[in-house]
Amino acid sequence: MKPEFIAERLVPFLEAETGASVRLDGLRSMTGGATREAFRLDAVVERPGQAAETHPLVLLVFRPGGQRAFGAREEFRLLEALGRAGAPVPRPFAAGEEALGRPFYLMERVPGEAIGRRIVREERFAAAREVLPVQLARALAAIHRVPLEGGALDFLPGPAPGEPIAASEVDRLEQLYRAIAVEPHPVFEITLRWLRSNLPASAPGAAPALVHGDFRIGNVLVDEQGLRAVLDWELAHRGDPLEDLGWICVRSWRFGNDRRTLGGIADREALFSAYEEAVGHGVDRAALRFWEVYGNLRWGVFTLVQVRGFLEGIVPSIELASIGRRTAETEWELLQLIEGRAR
Amino acid sequence: MQDRPTVHELLESLGRFLDEEIVPATEGRRQFLARVAANVARLVDRELASEESQLDDEWRRLRAIPALAPDAAEPAGREALRAAIAGATADLARRIREGEVDADGPLRSAVLDHLRRTVRAKLVVSNPAWLAADEGTPATPGGAA
Repeated sequence: MKPEFIAERLVPFLEAETGASVRLDGLRSMTGGATREAFRLDAVVERPGQAAETHPLVLLVFRPGGQRAFGAREEFRLLEALGRAGAPVPRPFAAGEEALGRPFYLMERVPGEAIGRRIVREERFAAAREVLPVQLARALAAIHRVPLEGGALDFLPGPAPGEPIAASEVDRLEQLYRAIAVEPHPVFEITLRWLRSNLPASAPGAAPALVHGDFRIGNVLVDEQGLRAVLDWELAHRGDPLEDLGWICVRSWRFGNDRRTLGGIADREALFSAYEEAVGHGVDRAALRFWEVYGNLRWGVFTLVQVRGFLEGIVPSIELASIGRRTAETEWELLQLIEGRAR
Repeated sequence: MQDRPTVHELLESLGRFLDEEIVPATEGRRQFLARVAANVARLVDRELASEESQLDDEWRRLRAIPALAPDAAEPAGREALRAAIAGATADLARRIREGEVDADGPLRSAVLDHLRRTVRAKLVVSNPAWLAADEGTPATPGGAA
């Protein structure tokens, strides 16, 4: 989508939303994801007799097609609910569809670094890395406390009522794997057997919580003081909160700093104990290990999904091609975890 | 037989060109993709250097697993060898899925050992640094498991 087109269409939309005169500054494209395009812009809102307010914003325009569980308006409502619950997320600004001919929403542009390699390695983030485990744990506790009753977030996918959460997540991951794998992966098969015989015991009738679904270094904004905002909510779902704690420990998100098992910045236990303090109860380490194994398998299956796009000629990119050779990294880590050799 | 430079020398030169000429001259997404491309050149170089011995080793291991030994005749040529490994691996995956390898014992140990060596061989080609973090020493193509 061309910035000129966006500028032309977005001004009347924002003027209707704000009931004021609006001017756009500095509109340009940002690195987006596979499912949507991203733009940065400043909206200058002017009301007669008042000083102009400048809103630094990010615009997310959802691409047509693509596999996603929910759309722009839903994600906008999710950010509203998260903000109300005190989770560190960008403030949502406005959502629409007709104005751009595609679903979109705007949110506050929070300053900070999202590139994992820099957060893990650069000296200027050294102090941030000290405080991040506790900040990440508190953010997760706030996310997991978001109330799911009331119907506003019913679009979030999740297990059927009464269905055990962990078993249903393994079922869904296995279905995805069977649907997209072009070659046999014996390590994934042996992992699926391991997961099924190590399902964490959940309290009978335990209700699912809001799970971010992609909570890791790389999807959070960090500055020199630490965590600024949690981004990338498109994989959010109802599930077991410990899934998020396992996912951030997946080795592929350590950016080469393999000995620091929490996203390359600290030991995973620093997150776990801070999380226990934030939620006010203990967390079973065997269940956390289950979710870390599940997370490594999930990333492994996601690499198969991505390379499928290359193999079918849908996305002929060298990046997707080379991701096909990263599946083995998850296989190695899965064997280490299953056989008790992982750090 | 082709003239010099060898395929190794050509790929090395390609990787160096991408690293030294293209990466510094680009930025953002294109620079990232240039790094990916340089890595692909090195990956292909490692694969060409180790493929023959890796395929032989993988087939030998599959044949040695008790109760899973594929009874096919010794494959003639590299394509036949690849097909034989793919067939035996599909069979192994099916047996694991059906629970035949669940119980602790010699079969499970042999299968896990085979899988570890097979995945290791893949990483020796795709990302030796991934192994170095666990093994303490840089992995080299053709190095022992």
